[in-house]
Amino acid sequence: MKKVSQIQTLIIDGKEVGGKSDESILQVAKENDIFIPTLCYLEGLSDYGGCRMCIVEVKGMPRLVPACTTLIREGMEVTTNSEKIHNYRLSILALLFTERNHICSACVSNGHCELQTLALKLGLTHVEFPYIFPKMPVDATHDRFIADHNRCVLCGRCVRACHEVEGAHTKDIMGRGITSRVITDLKESWGSSKTCTSCGKCVHVCPTGALTEKGKSVAEMEKRRQFLPYLKLMRERR
Amino acid sequence: MSKEIKQTSLKEDRRLRMVDRTMRIYGNEPHALIETLHAVQESYGFIDTDLMQYVAEKLGVPLSKVYGVATFYHFFTLKPQGEHTCVVCTGTACYISGAKAIMDDFAKKYDLLPGETTKDNKLSLLTARCLGACGLAPAIVFDGVVAGKQTPETVSNTIERWFKNEL
Amino acid sequence: MNFEELHEIAKIENEKRAQFEYSINVCVAAGCMSCGSLELLTSFKKEIERRGIENWCKAKGVGCLGLCSAGPLVSVQRYDQKSEVIYKSVTLDNVHEIVDALTGEPVGRLACSKEMSFFKNQQKIVLENFGNIDPEKIEEYIAVGGYEPLYTVLREMSPANVIEQIVKSGLRGRGGGGYPTGLKWTTVMKASGNQKYIICNADEGDPGAFMDRSVLESDPHRVLEGMAIAGYAVGADKGFIYVRAEYPLAIRRLKKAITQAEQLGVLGRGIFNTPFNFDIKLRLGAGAFVCGEETALISSIEGSRGNPRPRPPYPAEYGLWGSPTLINNVETFANIPAIIRNGSAWFASIGTEKSKGTKVFALAGRINNTGLIEVPMGTTLREIVFNIGGGIPEGSKFKAVQTGGPSGGCITSDYLDTPADYESLTKLGSIMGSGGMIVMDDTSCMVDVAKFFVEFCMTESCGKCVPCRDGSAQMYHLLSKITSGEGNINDIHMLEKLSDLINNTSLCGLGMTMPNPVVSTMHFFKDEYLAHVHDKICPAGVCNMKRGGRK
Ligand SMILES: Cc1cc2nc3c(=O)[nH]c(=O)nc-3n(C[C@H](O)[C@H](O)[C@H](O)COP(=O)(O)O)c2cc1C
Ligand code: SF4
Ligand code: SF4
Ligand code: FES
Repeated sequence: MKKVSQIQTLIIDGKEVGGKSDESILQVAKENDIFIPTLCYLEGLSDYGGCRMCIVEVKGMPRLVPACTTLIREGMEVTTNSEKIHNYRLSILALLFTERNHICSACVSNGHCELQTLALKLGLTHVEFPYIFPKMPVDATHDRFIADHNRCVLCGRCVRACHEVEGAHTKDIMGRGITSRVITDLKESWGSSKTCTSCGKCVHVCPTGALTEKGKSVAEMEKRRQFLPYLKLMRERR
Repeated sequence: MSKEIKQTSLKEDRRLRMVDRTMRIYGNEPHALIETLHAVQESYGFIDTDLMQYVAEKLGVPLSKVYGVATFYHFFTLKPQGEHTCVVCTGTACYISGAKAIMDDFAKKYDLLPGETTKDNKLSLLTARCLGACGLAPAIVFDGVVAGKQTPETVSNTIERWFKNEL
Repeated sequence: MNFEELHEIAKIENEKRAQFEYSINVCVAAGCMSCGSLELLTSFKKEIERRGIENWCKAKGVGCLGLCSAGPLVSVQRYDQKSEVIYKSVTLDNVHEIVDALTGEPVGRLACSKEMSFFKNQQKIVLENFGNIDPEKIEEYIAVGGYEPLYTVLREMSPANVIEQIVKSGLRGRGGGGYPTGLKWTTVMKASGNQKYIICNADEGDPGAFMDRSVLESDPHRVLEGMAIAGYAVGADKGFIYVRAEYPLAIRRLKKAITQAEQLGVLGRGIFNTPFNFDIKLRLGAGAFVCGEETALISSIEGSRGNPRPRPPYPAEYGLWGSPTLINNVETFANIPAIIRNGSAWFASIGTEKSKGTKVFALAGRINNTGLIEVPMGTTLREIVFNIGGGIPEGSKFKAVQTGGPSGGCITSDYLDTPADYESLTKLGSIMGSGGMIVMDDTSCMVDVAKFFVEFCMTESCGKCVPCRDGSAQMYHLLSKITSGEGNINDIHMLEKLSDLINNTSLCGLGMTMPNPVVSTMHFFKDEYLAHVHDKICPAGVCNMKRGGRK
């Protein structure tokens, strides 16, 4: 599939920009300081296309497309923010807030959470849908980490980091639809996992307070992700 | 029972040979996972954790992936089934022709919801998304045999006869 | 195997047939089998033996005869006069009199009239061999001209020729989308890659559809042949059939058919002494509707969870294990041999301007003749429901016909004169879908029906994308509220908003089309929704209202 990449020009939000033909709309937008909200995307991991926060309009395409998985094409005209798109994004965020328990004031990631940041940035003021709030377990069996499924948005970043970068594939998603959940091995406690290398990558890629380090109190959990792109580059070179 | 003993008794199990054979047909490749889980369910009636571990090792598939796959597909069950099983079709045709009344009856008479087994382990209730027997709606599979045009009465007749060991 | 050998098989088989004056064909497709048709077949065989009439009469199992609601069905064919009597609801007690009646007048009490519109008004291409050949015998398929199209293709046509024929025929995919088949084949042919794959989508997840099951049970070789022709045309040497595990009989027949085809050399290496190789393998589904979606299906064949992935890249370029892959539906493949045999012009002369050929529909629900039919594209819904389908059972009133399953919508009596083709149904807010048609009468509550489909999609959603995963749960919650008499007008607005959101932002077709049943029932049956929220009444008396109560 790998073709030689060519330079292509396109228009994003009225601005003429250029990029390589194997780059996504999101990558080119980033390079040009155009903000597109994302949640499941993380540089250094494979593209997922699940959260739908990054949807944009492309002239001539019948449907909205996710910027993170759509490659650029010569002459493309992209609109990253219109009232319609904005409202859809707000609704999607609202849906996420109803799905699990996201009471920020009690969360160790308060202030460092991507979900919270997005809500602030996009101006989500109220959630119109009823809350579902199932009671999910908290797994504190690991020496250093905690998994609180009540805060998980099922973005799949931890699964991808564990499989693609660490190579352990300790985490995966079980079930499907609204009942799906992140698991460790055969839905075992994290502490007794024989495959987990305790590298902590999943914790640091997790956008919310679902995976955190032990010993942090409210609003103390900051995450480090800078290692990812480098790690990926180094592994590819090997 | 320690894990090790269970593992060895597992090895001697004749049912395991069928599972092994399935994996061998596919060259013990990771993509044989779903076919293998079918084989496990067919020979054991359900898929338990030890077998998932066994399959994961043999095919070289991560444990969490095996669990993820086994729980994604609703055809697979991780719980042992009762002596008899009833699969109620809940496809559209069956639904509008009375499958709902049959399900309600199960809840009322046997205190059973889909996916559950009675306490005495006699009867399991399952549902299927369309058996393709819409011409005979509502359709039910009694221990593997499809029966069409069912009503709550015909269903409880069959079940009562099971309970009295007449069938 | 060469052409002479193929003809020899056909000749021997036809001679064998000609020895018999009568053939008693018992339907052994899943519907009739669950009404005891296998015992019936054995009983006919025994009766023939007992009377010592084996040399002019035989009994055999055949594929679906169509009128599934009146099973078990038995067709008695008389070769010399080429006449046929179809008996319905036959029991073991009837065996005697049916054999008695062979040489005399048919048993009128049990016979279906040949003049019945159910039989008269159909046109069969995909179903042409149904009820005529034994699906478990490849020789019988060959005797009616089977595998000859494959021979023609391999010996006389170039891949480009074949694709040209398919393009000209105007065939469109029968799996739901209606994408032009010729165009898809062209893309796969042009895609670069040494390894290409053919996949036959036999997942048939739409609850209420059973066309593909019947085709696989009644004429499996037809599908294998279609796949092999496709393989030659696009340059693939491996094929997979992804069939749902809920269809054990279809699986068994397919396995048998593949083995027979391999033994005769119409599948395998060097088919018809040409350099063309083609293998077909089965893969079982495991109860996931979303695996009918092509990228999810591929992921499932690869042994993973059935999560769809964003397209492009389309499977035609990046499919199974990253190779170019052609995915078509069972019925699409089943049309191919007929197009090659009779020519693309013939096929294009059937149907409407944009929808060519015929379509198989599965009629079910509150309709007299539940079963399988095949009609030219563009036949009106009225003709299908009231003429061929025999209308609604006595005493109840037609309310709507649902097409396209969980991705489709309802069509009311005002629109019954709409022709059944891709564009017309889409215009009405429904879709052609794979061909399931569920007829509803006044005992169905449309809000409850909408809830049924939303619940279906909620439990079938793979959970990868937020709008579908959470949106479906919210919609289900709202509809439950409304059907239990707790709803208010705001809930209806919220349903509208969610429908728009899910339709526009979901990742795959499941999510995009999930709101259709809700949107369509809200459009045509707004008053029923309003009765539920304002008056706390379920006009059809289906919903258990906590407040207010029944009609
Ligand atoms: C949720 C979903 C379910 C589907 N289920 C089926 C199915 O059961 N059978 C099928 O042939 N196509 C199904 N499709 C359509 C396939 O993705 C694909 O378009 C089709 O198999 C292509 O074949 P065709 O061009 O011959 O129609 C489904 C699509 C979606 C989005
Ligand atoms: S645990 Fe964190 S990284 Fe993993 S899926 Fe949930 S939110 Fe995403
Ligand atoms: S639309 Fe539904 S089924 Fe499709 S990817 Fe999204 S969650 Fe999965
Ligand atoms: S960031 Fe693009 S879909 Fe999640």
